[in-house]
Amino acid sequence: MADTITFGKVTAVPIAPVRGKGYWASVITRLVHDPVAMAALAVILTIVLAAIFAPYLGLADPYRGSILRRLRPIGFTGYPFGSDELGRDMLTRLIYGGRLSLVMGVTPVLLAFFVGSTTGIVAAYIGGWVNMVVMRVIDVFFAFPSVLLAIALSGALGAGIVNSIVSLTIVFIPQIARIAEAVTTQTRNRDFVEAARISGAGTLTIIRVHVLGNVLGPIFVYATSLISVSMILSSGLSFLGLGVKPPDPEWGLMLNTLRTAIYSQPLVAALPGAMIFMTSISFNLFSDGLRTAMEVRQ
Amino acid sequence: MLLYAVKRLLYVLPVALGVSIVCFLLVHLAPGDPLTSILPIDATAQQQQEMRIAYGFDKPLPLQYGIWLWKVLHGDLGRSIATGRPVAIEVANAVGNSLILASIATLIGFGFGTFFGFVAGYFRNSLLDRLASVISILGVSVPNYWLGMVMVIVFSALLGWLPSTGAGPNGSAHWRPDLEHLRFILLPALTMSAIPMGIISRTVRALVADILDQDFVQALRAKGMREGAVFRHVVRNAAPTALAVMGLQLGYLLGGSILIETVFAWPGTGFLLNTAIFQRDLPLLQGTILVLAFFFVALNLIVDVLQSALDPRIQRG
Repeated sequence: MADTITFGKVTAVPIAPVRGKGYWASVITRLVHDPVAMAALAVILTIVLAAIFAPYLGLADPYRGSILRRLRPIGFTGYPFGSDELGRDMLTRLIYGGRLSLVMGVTPVLLAFFVGSTTGIVAAYIGGWVNMVVMRVIDVFFAFPSVLLAIALSGALGAGIVNSIVSLTIVFIPQIARIAEAVTTQTRNRDFVEAARISGAGTLTIIRVHVLGNVLGPIFVYATSLISVSMILSSGLSFLGLGVKPPDPEWGLMLNTLRTAIYSQPLVAALPGAMIFMTSISFNLFSDGLRTAMEVRQ
Repeated sequence: MLLYAVKRLLYVLPVALGVSIVCFLLVHLAPGDPLTSILPIDATAQQQQEMRIAYGFDKPLPLQYGIWLWKVLHGDLGRSIATGRPVAIEVANAVGNSLILASIATLIGFGFGTFFGFVAGYFRNSLLDRLASVISILGVSVPNYWLGMVMVIVFSALLGWLPSTGAGPNGSAHWRPDLEHLRFILLPALTMSAIPMGIISRTVRALVADILDQDFVQALRAKGMREGAVFRHVVRNAAPTALAVMGLQLGYLLGGSILIETVFAWPGTGFLLNTAIFQRDLPLLQGTILVLAFFFVALNLIVDVLQSALDPRIQRG
């Protein structure tokens, strides 16, 4: 009301600014009003922050076990989530385990996002036979189910944190590149790109201003949906013994070593997997919310 | 129809060739010499050279690939380093068990998935729809190796109803369709069906919702057709895509069964891969992955052609 200017009897209401809220501001507004996405984000942030600040939380030593206190049940004095097969505190290891699990799950998607979107965008922009060759190579990688490809690569490279990240990055690059290629091809055929070219804009300017602005959103949303898969796969590799090596805490590896306790302490044995599940479902729900908020189809 | 099948086949051949190149290179991706795992540490340079010649590793890579591909095309996948038996026989023994497990899991997933999908698509935004979408999100987010452990905890450790590992009584390595063996396949198959169930219910929900919104459905209802008959039309329109998704899921399950097979000690290809990886048996690893990937490529082709036979509008260019 303070903005209303009164001229005698005529009331002139100022017209709202033409640009209104920016695209990103409206995305954030929509996201904030999505209770499911916000709950998922809260879970993710809690796990991430706990993992980062684990040394300051007054937890036990994640590596020090006690032969006398092996496999204590949930709620045992001093062990709120029990203890594992070597007598190490489960709560501590679950929180510390988030460090490696998150890094190994998120890094491949980040790396693949950079490499894959660059490959896809450049290939689609150049077009012609270059695009065809790149897409045929990508088709070859799509001929492998992703779990099989991940296991084939890390099986051949050998166990280890870096090898596991490298394998998963290779698994995700073709998937992201294919999406990037598809949206870039759509965009480069739109009239405004043609208009920019006719008015003399250079290739790099067109890619930077007109193409990137329109394709990065959908590619980003797709990449976030891969984090959930990546978390499950990277912990799966550790579960098979192809990722993290003992005694480092990592959810997949913890789940594997606790398999021996399935009959004696079933609830404790299932805990690390519950962490993977919780993280993966939260990333999935948040990615779904982001997709809706950004109005990205498919 | 036939023309389309031929066209797809011509398109798949270069992909299959690419797959064989990737599988061939897997052995050379391994750090160090491919022979380090079988040679004794104190082998002399001359012995190493002899081995290299015996395995053909002294020839240039493209020539090695040519020789390897020629053998593969004749059904020779090399010999397993660990057992010394032909890889082709090892894989053939295991692939049957994996195929049975993956097929049963796909059928279970398809059954529940289409049911939830139809209910959700018909009663959009209802409580049932929400429930179905929660189930499908759970299905695609759950780490299935953990779900397997939970199943073992509940049905074997706590209730004692079903066996937790193996394909049959007394460590039987071959699954047979009888009641005793059925008890062994139930847990791994149910576990494995979680992902296809989630994906199929999501797909079917979207399909049904889309079909119900089309004009022809309104026309059918307007001319007084009973709801049961309208339902038949919806099913007919949703079937090609739903069946295609199911076919592809079978391929994904077969290729990704290693984690579940490890949890349940199922004597399939996943178990074989596990052995190959930890004994650094590269020919076995290479052969198993090649067979699984070729199977996936062939399945894709079959699904594609069948789908276009069911619904000629769907043809990929």
